[in-house]
Amino acid sequence: MKPNPTPAQGREQDKKQANQRTLRRLLLASVAMFAFGFLLVPLYDVFCQITGLNGKTGGAVSEHQGAQVDATRWVTVQFLTNTNADMPWLFEPLQHKVKVHPGEITKVSFSVLNPALKPMTAQAVPSVSPSEGAEYLLKTQCFCFEQQTLAAGAHQEMTLLFRVDPNLPPHIHTLTLAYTLFDISETHAIGQMAQVGINGGLSYE
Amino acid sequence: MSHSSAQASAHSEHEHGQPAKGLTRWLYTTNHKDIGTLYLWFSFAMFLTGGCMALVIRSELFQPGLQLVQPEFFNQMTTLHGLIMVFGAVMPAFVGLANWMIPLMVGAPDMALPRMNNLSFWILPFAFAMLLSTLLMEGGGPNFGWTFYAPLSTTYAPPSVTFFIFSVHMMGISSIMGAINVVATTLNMRAPGMTMMKMPLFVWTWLITAFLLIAVMPVLAGVITMMLMDIHFGTSFFNAGGGGDPVLFQHLFWFFGHPEVYIMILPAFGIISHIVPTFSRKRLFGYASMVYATASIAFLSFIVWAHHMFTVGLPLAGELFFMYSTMLIAVPTGVKVFNWISTMFRGSLSFETPMLFAIGFIVLFTIGGFSGLMLAIAPADFQYHDTYFVVAHFHYVLVPGAIFSIIAGAYYWLPKWTGHMVDERLGRWHFWLSIIGVNLTFFPMHFLGLAGMPRRIPDYALQFADFNMIASIGGFLFGFSQLLFLYIVIKCIRSTDQAPDKPWEGAEGLEWQVPSPAPYHTFSTPPKVD
Repeated sequence: MKPNPTPAQGREQDKKQANQRTLRRLLLASVAMFAFGFLLVPLYDVFCQITGLNGKTGGAVSEHQGAQVDATRWVTVQFLTNTNADMPWLFEPLQHKVKVHPGEITKVSFSVLNPALKPMTAQAVPSVSPSEGAEYLLKTQCFCFEQQTLAAGAHQEMTLLFRVDPNLPPHIHTLTLAYTLFDISETHAIGQMAQVGINGGLSYE
Repeated sequence: MSHSSAQASAHSEHEHGQPAKGLTRWLYTTNHKDIGTLYLWFSFAMFLTGGCMALVIRSELFQPGLQLVQPEFFNQMTTLHGLIMVFGAVMPAFVGLANWMIPLMVGAPDMALPRMNNLSFWILPFAFAMLLSTLLMEGGGPNFGWTFYAPLSTTYAPPSVTFFIFSVHMMGISSIMGAINVVATTLNMRAPGMTMMKMPLFVWTWLITAFLLIAVMPVLAGVITMMLMDIHFGTSFFNAGGGGDPVLFQHLFWFFGHPEVYIMILPAFGIISHIVPTFSRKRLFGYASMVYATASIAFLSFIVWAHHMFTVGLPLAGELFFMYSTMLIAVPTGVKVFNWISTMFRGSLSFETPMLFAIGFIVLFTIGGFSGLMLAIAPADFQYHDTYFVVAHFHYVLVPGAIFSIIAGAYYWLPKWTGHMVDERLGRWHFWLSIIGVNLTFFPMHFLGLAGMPRRIPDYALQFADFNMIASIGGFLFGFSQLLFLYIVIKCIRSTDQAPDKPWEGAEGLEWQVPSPAPYHTFSTPPKVD
């Protein structure tokens, strides 16, 4: 027969259980905070999208959004082009600025040339300043929605269709849309290989 | 406070009495005092390692032009100096002090989870061996600054960055385990009668620090995992070309990084709150306000991170929010400083070495706090950002802040750890050399920064030459006076000058009720606290 635990032994047992419970809870808290770190990534994007912080513009909008033309008002839209470090492409807007009425669709073309001796793939990333105006620059069609692959020495004209939302705050008279062109040939190639791998695997059957 | 001296009464049979002999004692130990000692010696070794790197930096900056090292190596030195001092010296030193003192202070026989305690220490030497080994790898060690901003640490990083990521993962796991142990010990292992509001302040500040660690170290682990995925698995968390955002890295890093700076200072506040009352022979002024101030600082630390990022292009509302919330931290911090001063006011002061370092802490940490307030002013920060002014600020809060408090704590508790008194004369020498060295090193950096000298550069314009020379001389003075500290500690261990159980007449707390040196097992029967 087991002797009854003395009060001291009982206390020890209680402490052990309490320690195990604390350990479990805190481990769970650490795992939760690890997950929270990853959750901050989409939260950050959503936050930027809603507030237009960081000059991030939204994706493609429908033809009809913001279509009431406000002929009483002029807004200047300027275009800037940059290439990221180690990106050899020549990238230029054909018009450096346009004056538009809010609500009217405007088309602007950009020219790119791949001077390298190999085919390359690029991705343009837009940014609007002042960032407060970012959400009012509506793009119905943009080359930045897809990637561009150019053969060695190839040249191409790329189209942007946009309108300025008539709800643009009245104190904003000028919007600057800057594109930075990134070389993504490497990641693009990995994606392609994965694609070929899958298709190739199927075709052998 | 008192406790029953009936400790010799019959108790549990798992008591081994004396430590095992040889190397395995240290490898397998689950004893909080052994592990505390390991942590403290490890952190001291890392302190000297990181210090040598600082001296490489200061030697190169002694004169304008490139003399000793190449810029690539200089960058590796600044990066590793920061990483080693933060994760290898300051944090493990506080964990070591927590291991030694928290069970003694709350009247517990050991830490709550002793085996995990062993693991959390023994991960560290491997983590730092891996981090240091990157210096020998092709392409060199990490060279992107201790803040490892993407894309410097992803797209443009040397190949060794993967080892850097794994070593930081290991350090994070170690810190989290250490923190869990502190929380479990503090919440569950207190002696009967030791209510929360009777806990010594070192225990309180460490409890809050532990919660901060559990909240933010996993976020750091997440950030470096994202880096790993960007580098090796083709994701684009921080790569703008793939739809990611480098600024996101900074937000995530500083969401960890700002609480991290309080992780490195809150336990220091606890230590100072023990030493100042002891040598003022008065009770601490405003105990409860100290606890609430610590908790407020911890809370505020989560909502101020973007003050490190004023120049990334935050919207005006963001600049204002982070500016004002940062300035708000000065309120609870001011409460603490005034409480320490009020404790000394009309006290019966004496100036033994721990008290000298504590007063040095209060004065110089306050200077660091004030330069922090200057940096908090968003429009002014546009000028100060990434200059030596920032370097001066955070070295003032970390060196005569965190490190002085650790040294003060070591002098304060060495008689309890070793059973011998410290050589008071040499301790004073150490203090005066250190305080002169620290100020000579870091005070001129304020002027350099205001004059526009950027940080993290191996060469600089001629007009910065004089102040840099002074700073380098001070750096060597401070660095070498730490060897004196090593000598003092060894001398204390070998001394025959027997310390009484309570070597400081004004000291209070359970740790002074056990013999000096503290026996291998203490409080196997909990003391009674009234």
